[in-house]
Amino acid sequence: MTHSIEELELIAVEIRQDIIKMLLHAGSGHSAGPLGLADIFTALYFDILKHDPKNPDWEERDLLLLSNGHCAPVRYAAMARAGYFDLSELKTLRQLGSRLQGHPERLKLPGMETTSGPLGCGLSQAAGMALAMRMNDIHHRWVYVVLGDGELDEGNIWEAAMLTSKYNLNNVIGIIDRNNIQIDGPTESVMPLDDLKAKWVSFGWHVIEIDGNNIEAVIDACAMARAVIERPVMIIAHTIPGKGVGFMEYDFHWHGSPPNAEQAKKALGELRTLQGKIRSEHE
Amino acid sequence: MNDLNLIKDFLDKDIAREPIRKGFGRGLLSAGKVNLNVVAACADLTESTQMSLFKNEFPERFVEVGVAEQNLVTVGSGMAAMGKIPFVSSYAAFSPGRNWEQIRTTVCLNDRPVKIVGSHAGVSVGPDGATHQMLEDIALMRVLPNMVVIAPGDSLEAERATLAMASDQRPNYIRLAREATPIVTTDKTPFEIGKAYVYKAGKDLTIMSTGTMTYQALAAAAKLEKDGIHAEVIHIPTIKPLDEKTIIASAKKTGKVITVEEGQIIGGLGGAIAELLSQTSPTKVIRMGMQDRFGESGKPDELLEHFGLTAKHIAIQAHHLVM
Repeated sequence: MTHSIEELELIAVEIRQDIIKMLLHAGSGHSAGPLGLADIFTALYFDILKHDPKNPDWEERDLLLLSNGHCAPVRYAAMARAGYFDLSELKTLRQLGSRLQGHPERLKLPGMETTSGPLGCGLSQAAGMALAMRMNDIHHRWVYVVLGDGELDEGNIWEAAMLTSKYNLNNVIGIIDRNNIQIDGPTESVMPLDDLKAKWVSFGWHVIEIDGNNIEAVIDACAMARAVIERPVMIIAHTIPGKGVGFMEYDFHWHGSPPNAEQAKKALGELRTLQGKIRSEHE
Repeated sequence: MNDLNLIKDFLDKDIAREPIRKGFGRGLLSAGKVNLNVVAACADLTESTQMSLFKNEFPERFVEVGVAEQNLVTVGSGMAAMGKIPFVSSYAAFSPGRNWEQIRTTVCLNDRPVKIVGSHAGVSVGPDGATHQMLEDIALMRVLPNMVVIAPGDSLEAERATLAMASDQRPNYIRLAREATPIVTTDKTPFEIGKAYVYKAGKDLTIMSTGTMTYQALAAAAKLEKDGIHAEVIHIPTIKPLDEKTIIASAKKTGKVITVEEGQIIGGLGGAIAELLSQTSPTKVIRMGMQDRFGESGKPDELLEHFGLTAKHIAIQAHHLVM
């Protein structure tokens, strides 16, 4: 580890600020999911993943798939902070000619392993990658796939759950962003998912449940997941949607909406003082 | 009459027949032998789609996904991401019938060389009825950017097409038929993705056909010859990208076109030809195929007759057109 947990927590705050600024500038996009995922993406890009921002196609890299493509802003911000591209490019989100499409496109941005957005397709692509690696006798690379909880409504997910388990694709590590909201409301009223852990266990997965806003817990869970060699691992990461911005937290209305100028100012103000780690008012 | 001298005498009463899917099975096996990156996945129809030949020879390169077509194509996309050339097969009604969005996003927009193999297309599937007689696959695949759409005319061509697909870097769709189809080509008949072939030259009208209908088109042309009508027959195994040059040249020469396909004319070969000619060389086009309706149960030959997809019906349309 090259960063302390405290340093990683500061990076996560910066990523949250990036997200607010990007969404304000774009005038559209998803707020709650990306904010809630900031800690997981910080952990992934600054600790967990084997990757090289200057050589996104490095053949030894771990693979990271964002199945819930609408959370792209958090990945873009984490990638920029990690050195894949300049921070100034974040302002181009969702604009004509930008590499930062509203939903991520592999062909436009090096480092994106897949094009995603339409839900339910990430886990099966991860399984396909792991199958191909096994055919090539590659066992030291990992395929991480971040899934939304709302997208678990998709049948394709459970088709993939069965296949990944059937072939014991232990190189696949899933991370479910369990924030309990989706567009139409709380997941448990739109389409109940609980008992979510029991579902995955019954599909043959090893399941780890963590606080997804605790960076250390995310890092530890992924380390544990890599050690489980007899079956694929699903990490159910409980997160707070809108985490870090009080008026967005837990409110499903922020799933698919961006902040306006006033709201963004308030959000950035909150983020500057988050957890007492006060940032400059003039940055 | 057999101008290219590259296809068989289609009047041969003893013409050999073989299901087009058999040629695919052989082609995939050959492709697997020459290219170690060729892999295969199937959705519980390994024998039916003839993927079994590959599976038996290369079990470690075969993935059984179960009855799960959405998974079939997305697992294929993942394998392609790691440098594999995945052939993924099912019945055309289910793949690309059920998993179109996955094909759109994870194969076409994502630009991965997944080879989608749709067997049992067309009404000649027979007794299984309308649910299993896929008629909309050409339209569904043709509309997708980056996708190549291939409908071979017989089993020998399917074999060559499959080999060509294995070395093509684009997403491909290949349409296969269930029933034994007359073999009109020989080992020497050319096949290249994106090429249409003049199987018989003529001057009075052009019959443009794809898939199983090319045999019927050739038989119709032979019949018309006896009536003094010299029909040109163009076999179009690649519906996308279209061989525009060959098609436009023939349309300009004869000024009258009939398209024939065992699928919906809306969005199918008929749609493609009409779109092309209306912009480049406006020509009278009669589109033969399924006329915006579903099939039904019956014997394959009965159904082709019932829906007007035989040489006799093509000849009748030709007479109307040149009159």
